Amino acid sequence: TLAQLSHVCSYKETEELRQRKSQANGKILRMSSESDNSSMNFDETALTLGLPGKSRPSVGEKSGVKRGFSKMVDLNLHQKQSNDQENDGSQVEVAEPANSPASKAQIAGWPPVRTFRKNTVKSCKYVKVAVDGAPYLRKVDLDLYTSYQQLLISLESMFSCFTIRNCMNDGNLMDLVKGTEYVPTYEDKDGDWMLVGDVPWKMFVESCKRIRLMKRSEALGLGNIQNSCYNSKDTSIVIKHK
Amino acid sequence: MAYSFPVEVLEHIFSFIDSDNDRNAVSLVCKSWYEIERWCRRKIFIGNCYAVTPRIMIRRFPELRSVSLKGKPHFADFNLVPEGWGGYVDPWVLAMGRAYPFLEELRLKRMVVSDEALEMVSKSFKNFKVLVLSSCEGFTTDGLASIAANCRNLRELDLRESDVEDLGGNWLSCFPESCTSLVSLNISCLGSDWSLQSLSALERLVGRSPNLRRLRLNRAVPLDKLANLLRRAPQLVELGTGTFSSELRPDVFSNLSGAFSGCKELKALSGFWDAVPSHLPAVYTICSGLTSLNLSDANIQSSDLVKLISECQNLQRLWVFDYIEDSGLEALAESCKNLQELRVFPSDPYAMEPNVTLTEQGLVAVSEGCPKLESVLYFCRQFTNNALFTIAKNRPNLTRFRLCIIEPRTPDYITLEPLDAGFGAIVQNCKELRRLSLSGLLTDRVFEHIGTHAKKLEMLSIAFAGDSDLGLYHVLSGCKSLRKLEIRDCPFGDKALLANAAKLETMRSLWMSSCLVSFEACKLLGQKMPRLNVEVIDERGPPDSRPESYPVEKLYIYRSVAGPRLDMPAFVWTMDEELALRLS
Repeated sequence: TLAQLSHVCSYKETEELRQRKSQANGKILRMSSESDNSSMNFDETALTLGLPGKSRPSVGEKSGVKRGFSKMVDLNLHQKQSNDQENDGSQVEVAEPANSPASKAQIAGWPPVRTFRKNTVKSCKYVKVAVDGAPYLRKVDLDLYTSYQQLLISLESMFSCFTIRNCMNDGNLMDLVKGTEYVPTYEDKDGDWMLVGDVPWKMFVESCKRIRLMKRSEALGLGNIQNSCYNSKDTSIVIKHK
Repeated sequence: MAYSFPVEVLEHIFSFIDSDNDRNAVSLVCKSWYEIERWCRRKIFIGNCYAVTPRIMIRRFPELRSVSLKGKPHFADFNLVPEGWGGYVDPWVLAMGRAYPFLEELRLKRMVVSDEALEMVSKSFKNFKVLVLSSCEGFTTDGLASIAANCRNLRELDLRESDVEDLGGNWLSCFPESCTSLVSLNISCLGSDWSLQSLSALERLVGRSPNLRRLRLNRAVPLDKLANLLRRAPQLVELGTGTFSSELRPDVFSNLSGAFSGCKELKALSGFWDAVPSHLPAVYTICSGLTSLNLSDANIQSSDLVKLISECQNLQRLWVFDYIEDSGLEALAESCKNLQELRVFPSDPYAMEPNVTLTEQGLVAVSEGCPKLESVLYFCRQFTNNALFTIAKNRPNLTRFRLCIIEPRTPDYITLEPLDAGFGAIVQNCKELRRLSLSGLLTDRVFEHIGTHAKKLEMLSIAFAGDSDLGLYHVLSGCKSLRKLEIRDCPFGDKALLANAAKLETMRSLWMSSCLVSFEACKLLGQKMPRLNVEVIDERGPPDSRPESYPVEKLYIYRSVAGPRLDMPAFVWTMDEELALRLS
């Protein structure tokens, strides 16, 4: 009915507004990074905003049939991606997990299998992930990733709620957008806290007990941040919030 | 009433009435029956621990012996419920510890259980017999040690699918030598690293438990120990093996084979971690007596599966990976004419391309060949409306049908149409259907079919389906028997929910995540329906920091006489009158 349609449309408009705001934020972030003297490449770690079911575009393309809700989602995402291609091609790369064509970006809780029912050839390697300042924990299965890059991309999308919140506030987007850098750290089998990225990937998976995204200011004590994190463009996460 | 039976007579009669529904009906006859019934009720099942409080339960039923509680919503199994949401058993145990010194049984599902709670259970109830912790978490092997050490008459300890932190130690040795009462022990969820001491403690425990009927081991128990255990417990009816791989030594094999043949009562088999196909024939001697076979932890391929299954002519229940493939299911349909329940799990759920040849054909074959099939859980990557028509036509006796086509919104792969008509045929033909899970490409039409025909449906799971509120409206207004509804990623919003608010009080619960229900509607619902707890779960921050028309992340609505709960974490808000007043 018309009434239902109008409700659906108003949601869509809000979505588009949000997307536009987020693109503006993205541009600001890139501008500030260019003026930064560090060699950190923000492009690879800049957050992309995703709506629920962000990985949907591949489904829409495959089946060739789009339904109401997914139509909205696909529309916005395609729009965003095509804009980005004009501005900065690397943004699109970040949206897809880099390495494995065989497995795709996962939707949370789908397919509906209990965790212990997954492929029993290898045992699951679930670790808890905490972010300083966030009121909740997440779990990731390290066995699902084959590189630090994939893991960090996944963590970014998991905790990108921080940026969602701020894009929706009728705040001053043109104000100074302060980015707080989070350094991914982990506790190993011996109970020591280490920087993510220091050891080969497989060794990390083997020894990691849990992960904590620590505020950069607090992570200084872990030593060698200048050398390992700043220069290692793979291992820093920027989460923006006011 | 002018004439009435003496209380003792009524009590005696009531003692034959077991079912909850019947007991509830009895209690509604008149005040005196209500009183008599409540004093003699011994068993209670609480499907949602937040629907009622311990105090209310104790006040009404002062003499319970058996309590069952469920905590988190079903979608917690798939990590959709954030950690810390709730479902704590501790306040219940505290209250029951004081009120029910004669409590014998505690069965919990999806609850958070602490070691302290377990210790309290072990010390408060002198005659404690049965502890079932299904998909629970929050406790360690220390908690289990308390149970083992203090529950003198323990009959059942079942930890099915719980998440237990293994602190090492040797909790099994905490069972005193005098403990010989065990009937059922399920530790299959425990870890795969055990010391020799733990293993020998297990052997001794099994050896001194002559009544042991059900034993489900964990991965840590090696294959060469299995034979010893079986020889000590030839009376077993159910067995879950430990790891089923080892070096292929002839003496191991023949030892095992001999041990199995001694277990003449075995009806159910599970476990089989890391199973080596060449060892499987060790169980052949007991296969003809098997009614239940769970191979969902085993990476056995199709041809070996078929060999095993074809030995099990009396199988009623089969759980298996999709390694079985269509060909294996066709063989199943040929050999197992008594099959009632089939569950096929995905071996590689995240692969883009199918890794096995398991399609709609397999399920169609089973629906044709197995006349008693009534319960199906099937993960696959393609389906057609025609296949669903055939299954519906073949099996009008289906009571549970859960189909998961792995890629969301997948259409009929031949016609490219939605699967509305196919699922419509299922609900139309299978008049006794109680549980249904949908998948594939679905429009509002499928919900129209469901609302029209699924009159006995009690639980419905929906994901990535529908076009508009009309879909939800059909379900809420049509499904008379609906108790549990769980929805994710569907374009269902305010209108259908608000128009059917009263329906929600007739259901246990409604879960909606990644849908289009606005915060405003949640508030309204919470205000208008005081006997519903409308919980907004949103990890983005307080819902009033966003426009009211904005959809909430997750919504969990359940009926309750307990009022809003007090143990909510920071990311859960209850929409009640108070909140509405504060925020308006």
